Amino acid sequence: MSESINPFGTSITHEDLLEDLEFFDSWEDRYRYIIDLGKKLPDMPEAYKTDENFVHGCQSQVWIHGELNNTDNCLDLLVETDAHIVRGLAAMVMAAYNHQSPQTILDFDIDAYFEQTQLIQHLSPTRGNGLKSMVKKIQDLAAKHTH
Amino acid sequence: MTNNTELDLNQIRNDFPILHQEVKGKPLVYLDNAATTQKPKAVINAVSSYYETINSNVHRGAHTLSDLATRDFENARVSVQGYLNAETPEQIIWTRGTTEALNLVAHSYARAFLKAGDEIIVSGLEHHSNIVPWQITCEVTGAQLKVIPVLDNGELDMDAYGNLLSDKTKLVSVAHVSNALGTINPVKAIIDQAHDAGAVVCIDGAQAVPHWAIDVQSLDCDFYAFSGHKLFGPTGIGALYGKQELLDKMIPYQAGGEMIEKVSFSGTTYNQIPYKFEAGTPNIGGAIGLAAAVDYLMQLPREALELHEQALMTYANQKAADFEGIRLVGTAKEKTGAFSFLIDGAHPHDVGTLLDQQGIAVRTGHHCAMPIMDQFCIPGTVRASFAFYNTLEEIDQLFAGLEKAKMLLL
Repeated sequence: MSESINPFGTSITHEDLLEDLEFFDSWEDRYRYIIDLGKKLPDMPEAYKTDENFVHGCQSQVWIHGELNNTDNCLDLLVETDAHIVRGLAAMVMAAYNHQSPQTILDFDIDAYFEQTQLIQHLSPTRGNGLKSMVKKIQDLAAKHTH
Repeated sequence: MTNNTELDLNQIRNDFPILHQEVKGKPLVYLDNAATTQKPKAVINAVSSYYETINSNVHRGAHTLSDLATRDFENARVSVQGYLNAETPEQIIWTRGTTEALNLVAHSYARAFLKAGDEIIVSGLEHHSNIVPWQITCEVTGAQLKVIPVLDNGELDMDAYGNLLSDKTKLVSVAHVSNALGTINPVKAIIDQAHDAGAVVCIDGAQAVPHWAIDVQSLDCDFYAFSGHKLFGPTGIGALYGKQELLDKMIPYQAGGEMIEKVSFSGTTYNQIPYKFEAGTPNIGGAIGLAAAVDYLMQLPREALELHEQALMTYANQKAADFEGIRLVGTAKEKTGAFSFLIDGAHPHDVGTLLDQQGIAVRTGHHCAMPIMDQFCIPGTVRASFAFYNTLEEIDQLFAGLEKAKMLLL
């Protein structure tokens, strides 16, 4: 991955998402928006669906692939999952983390972000969506590249 | 929708305080009863009254409160004995739940008496807690685990079961009702055939006890395990029933206080049943709460409630027949409790999330029964599970909720 093919974190930022989500009054609209976000995630090449990239603790199958981009020292991420809502939530995570420097990733307050989106319930470790595990995996990747 | 029993369901629902609340701004529709059931006021009051008035340790106090606590604790055993129609109260062993009860049998009976070359039979639709203890038993003893295959509709292949039984079979352990599919297994036939082969039979009754009163004597099972929290009682309490001659010869599972008759460094002798299996201070409040649940159930019109639960399952099946894109998982002729399904093109977890947004509580995933999910080549299901306090209107709400989920997801 010389250039990030993932629009989240580059052309679609987490600020954009927060702004959009403010408009929705009903849960239906909110979830429709999240599901649509998921559709904008690029597909992950099969070669990246490895055991190493597999995220445990999800009811759906989730993989995350990360590579340090040598030109700008940013972490380029790809995510894949078979569930629509989880895919949308993963896109929101990507909007915060993709193509950011490892230090920016580590400094980002993900709880506050999800609190603002009124989707904080999905970050609970007891939910089967594995969002917490996804975040942890990205933070671990970032930590590996700050040393 | 009305139904044909003379039940006053509203009055019964009023006994359950938790049911009268809103979740996400919508009236709660609680359809996760196979995971845990809600508690009637009678149970909540019994537990708090115990702690408010007679809390003390049982069996060894030289004071009034201890006498009262011991009386209620032992009366609780009698209530559960009555619910299962066990021969004596001493054959009711308190455990933390079904899991601990099954582990007790695996440890104190199977590991003590089975040897290499012996066989244990379970079925393909078991909960992990009725698989893993036997796998460990096999590792330790050298016995072999055999599995009754499951047919495509979720019923056990009874012909195959007959072929698995032999003089090597020493123990058969199956669920009375499947937690993932709702199948009611023909346990009486399973028990009789196992006995003909000379094997001992353990029944996992976790998903059966909430739906009808059990008669362990007429079943003639050797062990019967269940959890209090699935029987409208508190969490952390359950029981194992065992035949006296088996319990008498079994070794203790855990050691400590209460389970001994005499301790010295030259040798320790064990207490009688049930205390031999109840090391340490028991869950006194839990046992008293469970007895309150049993007493509460006994004064309800159980037969009418059973018919009502059948009506719920029939109605859910009818609604499903008219619902495009639903695939039922487990279509056994005899079912209770669990109504498991998939929506074409939608991940079960997504469906569960969108139902939750509408105040509808279901469970999604493999339901701790991965082998049966693997057999059906699915990662899991959406499971709505019913109790007698559920209404036909709630099933309407479930399907309306599914319609909305489908609209958003597909």
